[in-house]
Amino acid sequence: MLNRYPLWKYLLIVVVAVLGFIYSIPNLYPPDDVIQISGSSSTLTIDESVLNRARESLDEAGIDYFAGEYSDTSALLRFNNGEDQLQGKKVVQEALGADYVVALNQAPTTPEWLMAIGGSPMKLGLDLRGGVHFLLEVDVDSAIAKRQETSAEEMKDALREARIRYLDFEVKGPVIHGLFRSEDLRDEAVSALRGDYRDMLFSTDTPATEGRFRFTATLSEAAQRQMEQDALAQNLTTLRKRVNELGVSEPIVQSQGRDRIIVQLPGVQDTAEAKRVIGKTANLEFRLEAEPNALGATTEEFEYRGYPAVLERKIILTGDHVTNANASLDPETSMPQVNITLDSLGGTKMNHATRSNIGRRMGVLFIEYKTRMNTEVDDNGEQVQVPEQYVERSVINLATVQGALGVQFRITGLDSPRAASELALMLRSGALAAPMYFVEERTIGPSLGAENIQLGIKSLQWGLGLVLLFMLVYYKVFGVFANIALAVNVLLLVSVMSLLGATLTLPGIAGIVLTVGMAVDANVLIFARIREELKLGASPQSAISSGYDRAYVSILDANITTLIVAVILYAIGSGPVKGFAVTLSIGILTSMFTAIMGTRALTNLVYGRRKNLKKLWI
Amino acid sequence: MSSEKVLNFMGARLPATALSVIMLVVAIGALAMNGLKLGLDFTGGAQVEVSFSEPADIPEIRGILNNQGLTNPVAVLFGSDTEVLIRTQGAMSDGGEQALRSRLQPLGASLEAVNRAPRDSGTFTQELVFSGADRSALKAGDVLPERFFGSVEYNTSGDNVSALVENSLDTAYTAELLEVLEAETGSQVELRRSEYVGPQIGAELRDEGGLGMLVALAVVMLYVAARFQFKFSVGAVLALIHDVIIVVGFFALFRIDFDLTVLAAVLAVIGYSLNDTIVVYDRIRENFRRMRKGSPAEVINTSLTQTLERTCITSLTTLLVLIMLFVFGGELISGFAIALIVGVMVGTYSSIYVSANTLMWMHISKEDLMPPEKEGAEVDEMP
Repeated sequence: MLNRYPLWKYLLIVVVAVLGFIYSIPNLYPPDDVIQISGSSSTLTIDESVLNRARESLDEAGIDYFAGEYSDTSALLRFNNGEDQLQGKKVVQEALGADYVVALNQAPTTPEWLMAIGGSPMKLGLDLRGGVHFLLEVDVDSAIAKRQETSAEEMKDALREARIRYLDFEVKGPVIHGLFRSEDLRDEAVSALRGDYRDMLFSTDTPATEGRFRFTATLSEAAQRQMEQDALAQNLTTLRKRVNELGVSEPIVQSQGRDRIIVQLPGVQDTAEAKRVIGKTANLEFRLEAEPNALGATTEEFEYRGYPAVLERKIILTGDHVTNANASLDPETSMPQVNITLDSLGGTKMNHATRSNIGRRMGVLFIEYKTRMNTEVDDNGEQVQVPEQYVERSVINLATVQGALGVQFRITGLDSPRAASELALMLRSGALAAPMYFVEERTIGPSLGAENIQLGIKSLQWGLGLVLLFMLVYYKVFGVFANIALAVNVLLLVSVMSLLGATLTLPGIAGIVLTVGMAVDANVLIFARIREELKLGASPQSAISSGYDRAYVSILDANITTLIVAVILYAIGSGPVKGFAVTLSIGILTSMFTAIMGTRALTNLVYGRRKNLKKLWI
Repeated sequence: MSSEKVLNFMGARLPATALSVIMLVVAIGALAMNGLKLGLDFTGGAQVEVSFSEPADIPEIRGILNNQGLTNPVAVLFGSDTEVLIRTQGAMSDGGEQALRSRLQPLGASLEAVNRAPRDSGTFTQELVFSGADRSALKAGDVLPERFFGSVEYNTSGDNVSALVENSLDTAYTAELLEVLEAETGSQVELRRSEYVGPQIGAELRDEGGLGMLVALAVVMLYVAARFQFKFSVGAVLALIHDVIIVVGFFALFRIDFDLTVLAAVLAVIGYSLNDTIVVYDRIRENFRRMRKGSPAEVINTSLTQTLERTCITSLTTLLVLIMLFVFGGELISGFAIALIVGVMVGTYSSIYVSANTLMWMHISKEDLMPPEKEGAEVDEMP
């Protein structure tokens, strides 16, 4: 009996091993610490002169940097270490002024040929890189209460118009109470309102108290859920935009569960600044352009694209009423445009204001509360950074009203698709749909992150080294097979994680270490079985064959159950635990391949063709 | 080890059962008496890890913390003698409020409320409302030092003065605490990390962790019942429960922090111990079908003997890497390593003396394991 593999199996194993090797290489190139310079608006292009100004300022400050490159929209300067990078950012920002955004970033140093075939290093989690982690809870209840208050106001208006007299309106969470003097008035009111508020459940069951008859209108479960989803979605969008402003590389902003949002900012150390930006408020105002003969006291002058724009002081509506804004192309003219959706109250207000003002221009005013750092000399003669708050108001759009506008309208005549999407973004970011609270906050210092990587790698090296040594001593030649398989397994695990873009965390490293210990299990099972067969008097060739065959079922069962646990771990875990589950699952899958097919191929290659094999070194 | 010689594992059934019971009683007792020392992930609260330039004097630091108005502050060395982990049950803002009060007292003023800053207040995060002093007195008394609170804007409304602050109380207080520690210990202090977990998050994680464990056990039971037989699944699940209780009890007994990574380790123990049990079961099933004669005890003993080498070696390699992880992996991962080290040892033991033993108690027999032969038989009868 001979143990031989068909050629394609050998080829498959070699190809997989080589791929594993290639795609784990990028992890050997640590990313550079860079600062990224970009214009604060899309009209500013980055060219050689900007880069030169940045270089000069760094030279002057005596900060080492080693490469500079630029494209149309951004420039990069590379630094030797994180400290130089931090200082460099300060210096360059001062030199370039507020027109440019200078952000900390990390640039991959992966060789081009690797990038070309899709190679990239593993992402490092916050615990390995340092940074801040926030968990925010969206307060949907207060958003619902606010909406119901608006609805109550609208109901009052409607009843007044319909000449139905009411006593009072109260709002308690999602429930509106309407109070009336008589049952007839109340029923009349309910039948008048019901049609307009289809997402509310009207009820007149509450008994009258002190001669006051009441109806209750409760926002339906479905509508509440919808609001919850919308609020979460809008807050996510808003947060993403704000986080981008922080100039952090690879920020994570994602929802968790029904009403939570995770924000992770790698590399950021100043929680206070991050919290300010995340929690900051920006607002929008829609105002009509002032008539040429309007009184000075009723107007205000702003700048719009370098020209003065005079707007009325009266505000048509604020950004709170914008529920959505999207950039698109006008299907007829193929010109960029922005479609805006308002809430119903906003639509009414907009309609009132525009229907008698067709042909006039309407401006969109963007109001931002910002902080700048001023360098001042304090009493001791030292330079200190003093934060100063200021409000920045700018007209971001001025367009002619072409008809009475309602809940949905669009702004056309924009310069480019990019300008359109920027405007849409600003419109959307006007306000958070619901207030948010910080429910979790973690900061990991960069030194701790670097230390964690070292500790992880050290324990991996020692663990792997000892297992390799043990297997070699205990199983001799077969130990060599198992060790080659184990080494390839680690490479595969690393390359699969790199390719999947999985994030490596400290528990993730622990998962890799654990995988190393457990991956040899399959080989131990096989080798123990082969030894047993030999003892029972089987010939070496048939011992190899039946050893692999018989152990296979056990290996499969054992690994599937472990995989089940890993999947459950992934499903219930959060953050670092997920990282552990991911490495554990991938490790199980890759180890099955290397430990069963890989070692079998080696065994076959070495022993498989020897007809008169007498002894196995096992 | 010779293949002829079968070790009489089941002969030690009763003492082993007694040992298991003792370990379980100790574990449950420790859980009942000490309780599990839950980590920040589960309790909620705040913690900061700081490093000192000189070896830290823990009693001195505890003394400082106790004067700070934090809820049950705890200070422990973390990994080395210069790293200290400071934890408080409540939020850091508790300490911040007390610090504020002590600065307000000489002015005869008091803190009335802490609100979120109004929406249109720009970069301010919180609004603090004071009574009993006007804004100039508050400014003169340096109640809200700029180095902690950032810029501050005062407004007078009626008898109260409200102050909008840029850095919220907890952020401001973390900075203040570092300064206090620096001043009182005379050593330089650096913030390594800070964490705050809201109480509701902690409670949710506790529930999810417990739920995850139950789901894992249920799925395993179903899988084993489907792949093997009902009696096997009872044995497997009993072994897992046994292991989980002992590992968790170990953490209670030695008062080691039980946090999210330890929970992950406990679930990994379930995976590992199951792995062991399955390999043993696989052999038992095979031998019940192959060995024509022999009592259940003999079959089980033979199977355990045959798998003993594998069981020991895999446990050994796994323990090797775990010990390396414990030695070199640093403080953050040590709980994880401990849970797995204990778990692997207990899991190895339980795959023999709980899973296999349960089969004996449940009177496993050859008939339980005969592969369904109906289809095969019919095929044979066909002409």
